[in-house]
Amino acid sequence: MLDNLIRDKGREGRRGFTLPRFDVEQANLEKILPKESLRKEKPKLAEVDEPTVIRHYTNLSRKNWGIDTNFYPLGSCTMKHNPRANEAAAAVPGFAGIHPLQPESQVQGALQVAYEAQDLLSEISGFPAVSLQPMAGAQGELTSILMVKKFFEDAGDEERTTVLVPSTAHGTNPATATMAGFGSKEIGLDEDGCVDVEELRAMVDETTAALMITNPNTCGVYEKNIEEIAGILHEAGAFLYMDGANMNANVGRMRPAEAGVDVMHYNLHKTFSTPHGGGGPGCGAIACSDALAPFRPDPVAERDGEHYRLVRPEKSIGRVSSFHGNFGVFLRAWNYIKMHGLELKENTDMAVLNANYVRARLRGTYRIPYDGLCKHEVVVQPPKGKKALDVAKGLIDHGYHPPTIYFPLVVKEAMLIEPTETESKETLDDFIGTMLELAESSSEDLQEAPTSAPTRRLDEARAARQLKARW
Amino acid sequence: MARFTPHTDDDIREMLEAIGVESLDDLFADVSPKLEGELNLPPALSEYEALSDVHRLAAKNVAGLPIFLGAGAYDRITPTAVGAITSRGEFLTSYTPYQPEISQGTLQTIFEFQSVISELTGLEISNASVYDGASAVAEAALMTARQTKRDPKVAVSAGLNPRYREVIETYRVEVVELSHNNGTTDFSEVPGDVSGVFVQSPNYFGVVEDVSAASEAAHAVGALAVAVCDPISLAVLEAPGNLGADVAVGEAQPLGMPLLFGGPYAGYMATREEFIRQLPGRITGETVDQDGKLAYVLTLRAREQDIRRARANSNICTNQALTALAATVYASLMGPEGLREVAELSISKAHYLADKLREAGFELRYPDAPFLWEFAVELPDVGRAKEALLENGMIGGLDLGDGAMLVAVTEKRTKEELDAFVEVVADAG
Repeated sequence: MLDNLIRDKGREGRRGFTLPRFDVEQANLEKILPKESLRKEKPKLAEVDEPTVIRHYTNLSRKNWGIDTNFYPLGSCTMKHNPRANEAAAAVPGFAGIHPLQPESQVQGALQVAYEAQDLLSEISGFPAVSLQPMAGAQGELTSILMVKKFFEDAGDEERTTVLVPSTAHGTNPATATMAGFGSKEIGLDEDGCVDVEELRAMVDETTAALMITNPNTCGVYEKNIEEIAGILHEAGAFLYMDGANMNANVGRMRPAEAGVDVMHYNLHKTFSTPHGGGGPGCGAIACSDALAPFRPDPVAERDGEHYRLVRPEKSIGRVSSFHGNFGVFLRAWNYIKMHGLELKENTDMAVLNANYVRARLRGTYRIPYDGLCKHEVVVQPPKGKKALDVAKGLIDHGYHPPTIYFPLVVKEAMLIEPTETESKETLDDFIGTMLELAESSSEDLQEAPTSAPTRRLDEARAARQLKARW
Repeated sequence: MARFTPHTDDDIREMLEAIGVESLDDLFADVSPKLEGELNLPPALSEYEALSDVHRLAAKNVAGLPIFLGAGAYDRITPTAVGAITSRGEFLTSYTPYQPEISQGTLQTIFEFQSVISELTGLEISNASVYDGASAVAEAALMTARQTKRDPKVAVSAGLNPRYREVIETYRVEVVELSHNNGTTDFSEVPGDVSGVFVQSPNYFGVVEDVSAASEAAHAVGALAVAVCDPISLAVLEAPGNLGADVAVGEAQPLGMPLLFGGPYAGYMATREEFIRQLPGRITGETVDQDGKLAYVLTLRAREQDIRRARANSNICTNQALTALAATVYASLMGPEGLREVAELSISKAHYLADKLREAGFELRYPDAPFLWEFAVELPDVGRAKEALLENGMIGGLDLGDGAMLVAVTEKRTKEELDAFVEVVADAG
C-alpha cells in the first residue's frame, strides 16, 4: 500500500479541501469564454480526502533521509543543521503575505531585509556590491558570467570568447560558460590538486574573458596561488570568478575580494543554512567589484535616508527572476547571519576541524590523494579493490547518508566527505568507525548493500530505457 | 560554545591532537591572504532577539489586507495541510535525491508533481520544476533553439508578462514582439527564422488567447509553439497540449505557495515526448530495485551539467523540490473538482467586479476580450484610486502606467470586499 501513488488511493468524488461558498452569482463559462478554449476532459488528478493526503505524504517523508534524521556528509553541499528560527522568520504573515508588486512604501520591512542581507554579504566577501537575485548557485554563476560578458560588450572588446575552467570544477561551470555564449577550456592541476599556474600562464591571452575557480576547490584544497592567478588574469584584462560553493571554509578567515577575485556567488542554502528542501529552493547571491557592479541584475535594494527602494543598476544585464529572487531564502540567511554574528568564524573553524579530523583518522586505511591540510571537506579513496559506490551503499545500512561519490572527476573512486560544523565528535567517531569497518568488509557483502533502506539498489538503466515519468 | 556547534574545549583539543596541529589557526596555515582581524559583524543575537527584529521589520510591511494585485503572483487560499507536509524535516532538510534508496520520498513526490503537470498541460513529459515562471519561460526559449537548431530568437505576444520577456532577453535570446488587437495577439506575421512562438493565456492583461492560432503560426515556420499558462486556469481551459503547443511552461505559485514577496516559487515545464532530450532540468522516472520492487530514480541524466558539462542542455542543477512538493500536496487536496472550483470562484468574482465597475461608469481596457480573473480597467487617476483603496484597507491592482489598473480577483475575495472596491474607486473619481 505504502508505495501506491496518491492518485491510486482515491475514488471519484472525494475531496481533500473545502472552499468558501459562492457569494456572487456563479459565472456561466460557456457564455463568457470561447467554446474552443474550454477544457473538455478533466485532468486525472488524485481525488482524495485530507486524512489520506496527510498519511500518504507523511509516509513518503519517512522514506527520505534529511539532516534532521541522519548524519549527511555530502561533499560540496554543506548539509549543516537548519536552525528552525529561520523557518519561523519566513512564516511571519508580515513577510509571507506580501505581494511582490506592492508599492515600495508598503514593503519597507522587506526592502530593509534585502538591503541588510546585501550589506552582510558584502562585509563577509569584502566586495562593495551584492545582488540577491539569482535563485540558485548555478544561476549565480550564470549571472556572474553574463555580467562579465556584458562588461566586455560595453567596453567594445569583441575578442573575449573563452572562459577557463579547472578540471576539478563543478559541471555547472562549463555549462554556464556555454549558456553565457562563451567557449570553455579546461586547465589541469598541479601535484597539490590546485590550478596549474604555469599552464594557466600559457593559456591566458587576449581571448580570455575569465577563469572560474572554486576555492577551496572540490578536492577540499585551498588554492594557494589564488593571488598569483588573479594577477595573471588581470594583467591580460580578464576576470577571476569564484564559485562560492565552498564558502563555509572561508567565512571569517579570508575574503575573496582581498585575494583578487572580481565576482563570486554564494550558495546561501549551503553556507548560511537555509534548508535544501530535497534540491531547492536556494539562493545564489553574487558579490562583485566596483567594475562589475553596474552590470548586476535588476533590481538591487538601496537605502535613501530612512527609506529603502529597489533600483536597476545602470548597465544591468536585466532581470534573472520574475520578481525579486527568492526572498524567503535570503530572509532566512539574513536571520541566520544575525544569529551568528562574529561567531560565523567559529562555524568555519569547526567545519575545517571536523574535515581534517576525518582525514587524519581515515588515513592509512583510505587513500588520501591530497593529504595536506584540507579545508571543510576531504576527498578519500577506498582501499584498492573496493568501489566508492559499494562503500557508499554500505554506509546506508549503518545509518549514514553517503558522501558525494565519483566527484571530483579527477580522483578515481572519489568519496568527498563534508562533515560540517554542526556534528559532534561522537557522531564523527561513529562514522569513522563505520568507514574503517566497511574498508575491511568483503566486496561481495558490500555489493549487496543496502539491505535495510526503503529500497535495494535500483535498475537505473531501465528507468531511462523504458521511460515512465508520470502516472 | 555556540548552540549549533557541539564541540567543547576538550573535544577541540583531542581533535587537534589527532590531526597533529597545535591550534585552530594552524588549520588555516595554507590560506593566503588571510583576513586581518575580524569581520565587522555585530555580536550574535539570541533566537528571541533575532525573531524580535523579524517581527519589527514585518510590521513595517502592509500585510493582511485584501489584495487585488496579480500580474504573475496570486493571493490564493493555501490549505493548512500543505505546510504541515512541507515542514517535515525529512523533506525540508534533505538534498537532491542522488542516493535513491534513501530518497524515495522526494523522488516519488517529484514523480507525482510531474504527473500533475502532465495532466494539466496535456503534454507527455514534465520536468521536476525549475526556479520560477520567468526562468521556465527563458529555459523554454533556449530549448526551442536547441530543438530547431536555429539561433535563439523567439516571437512573443505583446501579452507575455514583461518580466518573463526580460528574463528571456537576459538569457541572450532575441525577442520579436507580435502586435495585438483588443488584447488578443495577432499571430499572422511570425518571422520565418524564429525558433519558438510564445503565447501566454490568459495573458498579462488577463485575456484568454487563441493557443491554436499560435501553434499553427509556429508550425508554419518550423518553430516550436510554447504556451505560458497559469496552472489553475487549466482546470477550466483546454490543455495546451490539445491545442498544438509543443511546450507548456509557467509559474506554479498559485498551487499552494505563499506570496512571500516574490519567492521562492517554482516554474513548471512540460513537453511532448519527442522533445524530451532537449528538456532541461531533472526528471524522475519509474524503475525497480534488485528485488523487483517499484521505485523512483532521477533519469535521463546524460542531458545534465554534471555529466555533459559544457555540452549540457542547461547549467541548471536543482529543481524547486520543496515548493514543487507544496504544489503536489495542493493538487492532491483539491483534486480536479477543487481546482475547478478555485477557478470558477475566481472567475465569478472577477466578472462580478468587472460588471459592477462598468455599472459605475468605468470601462475595461479590452471590453470584448474574454478573461478569467484578471482584467485591466481604465481609471481617471490610477494612483489616486490606489491611495484611496489603501486608506480603506485594500491593496489595489497594478498601475499599468497608461491610465489602467490591472486587477486580479481570487477565491479569497468576498462580495463585501468587491463592493467596497467599486465604491472606493468610484468615490476617488
